[in-house]
Amino acid sequence: MGGSCIMADRPSGRARPDPIGLRAASHDRLLIAVVAAMSFLAALAMAGNLATTSLADHWLGGARNMLTIEVPDPTAAVQASSSVTRIDAVLAALRQRPTLSAVRALSPAELGRLLKPWLGDASSSGGTGIALPGVIIAQGDARASAVAGLSTGLNQIAPGTLIETGGGLAARLTTLTESLQASAAAILLIVAAVAASVVGVSVRAGLAQRREAVDIIHGLGARDSDIASPFAREIARQAGLGGLLGGLAALPVLLWLGRLAAGFALVPHAADRGVAGMLMDVPVLLWAGPVVLMLVAALIGWGVARTTVLGWLRHLA
Amino acid sequence: MIRFFNTGLDYQRLAGERRPLGDVDHPGLTDLSFTIESGGFRWLTGASGAGKTTLLKLMYLALPPTSGRIELLDSDPSRLDRAGRALLRRRIGVVYQDFRLLDHLNTFDNVALPLRLARRKESQIHADVTELLRWVGLADRLTHRPEELSGGEQQRVAICRAVVGRPSLLLADEPTGNLDDEQAVRLLHLFMSLNQLGTTVIIASHNLSLIERYRAPVLELQHGRLVYHG
Repeated sequence: MGGSCIMADRPSGRARPDPIGLRAASHDRLLIAVVAAMSFLAALAMAGNLATTSLADHWLGGARNMLTIEVPDPTAAVQASSSVTRIDAVLAALRQRPTLSAVRALSPAELGRLLKPWLGDASSSGGTGIALPGVIIAQGDARASAVAGLSTGLNQIAPGTLIETGGGLAARLTTLTESLQASAAAILLIVAAVAASVVGVSVRAGLAQRREAVDIIHGLGARDSDIASPFAREIARQAGLGGLLGGLAALPVLLWLGRLAAGFALVPHAADRGVAGMLMDVPVLLWAGPVVLMLVAALIGWGVARTTVLGWLRHLA
Repeated sequence: MIRFFNTGLDYQRLAGERRPLGDVDHPGLTDLSFTIESGGFRWLTGASGAGKTTLLKLMYLALPPTSGRIELLDSDPSRLDRAGRALLRRRIGVVYQDFRLLDHLNTFDNVALPLRLARRKESQIHADVTELLRWVGLADRLTHRPEELSGGEQQRVAICRAVVGRPSLLLADEPTGNLDDEQAVRLLHLFMSLNQLGTTVIIASHNLSLIERYRAPVLELQHGRLVYHG
């Protein structure tokens, strides 16, 4: 690194010289604070993206391959001469299909719970007076072409049988997920751009403050990289500190939001697991967030500072 | 070898090129042509505002000529890239009129700066810098910052920084301005010694008695033009 020559190792017990006077100047607290704020926002955006992806995977995994088959008049015989009910015949036909799995009929109790919001307690006791269809659920190929073929076959066994899939819901969920992820990416880009701009302004202010020192060192034969590297290291240090602070500040907020989101994610007994349980549910990536933000902020600071200083030095002969 | 070929410097033109590297009202320099052989010694004289400092700035590459060209230490700076010009600057020692010491560094670190830029070993730097500062009578000022030094002491520090790297070319702008006679003579002897070791020395000075005492060829400027060389 070019800058090492003016920060050379010295006999022990003496501080390393700082020709440009970067350490002598007070820390640029504004830079650290702004980068911390940007990192806080970036952490929220990253966590939002992570949560959206995780929830979407969770929901889509079920919805995408779920088939719900409704068999009207389920207990009636398939044929007058047969003792096989319509629902049993459909179940048997479904279980023979190699592309389907987890085929099972919902019990009257399960059906009752499902319909309770609309039909009330009577749905559980069977006292509604409404002829409820038999409901079978299965996992399998839910594409339209496969479902059309299946529907034809089942209607030959039990006319009036309906098949519903999670495809429509999955498509809408996918669109929602993608738009949320795009929003998170846009926020990250804006945050990075703002952070880079603030670093650029801070570096130019630093150069203006230390113009004479830079002029002198330049005149003594310092290469551009000898001057740019100490600036870049100092700004990277400050931006990294800001990134770490912002990431750490975001953690409690993210944990709180994670607790709120646990219900949507259908985490079992989410509310009863306490802080320890909640902490264990936090993705590893989230714990690494402050360190990642520190490194990214330091990298942005280093790159912008170096580029800014090298550009500024072009004004010198 | 230093050679100027019809060299000129127009501050207004520099400003027009968005490179405001000086006072646009200064007349600059016009059509300078001369040669200073390697290991030569020159006094640079002229009235205030004649262009002495501007000429030195061209020589230490703080300004680029706007016409003609320059050869410095057998290099054409205009043909060098920025890193090449930086390396060329390391072979040039400069004593500025206003000292230009770094306020946040102590005496030792100010003088050591050129050696650190040249990546010398710290043990060697320590020996060279300490010896030089002892020689100019600043052995007890190693850890003092410029603000804690008198004008004369600051000037000696600036001179030490200029000569510590044993430059091929030494440029000094009124180097004895803040020194008493004894110190001035002592430093002139240092410059002479460096010159005898092969360093080309150019000293801008108003001090006619010093110029009389140490006779050497003179470059005289008037209104940015070379009116005498000999």
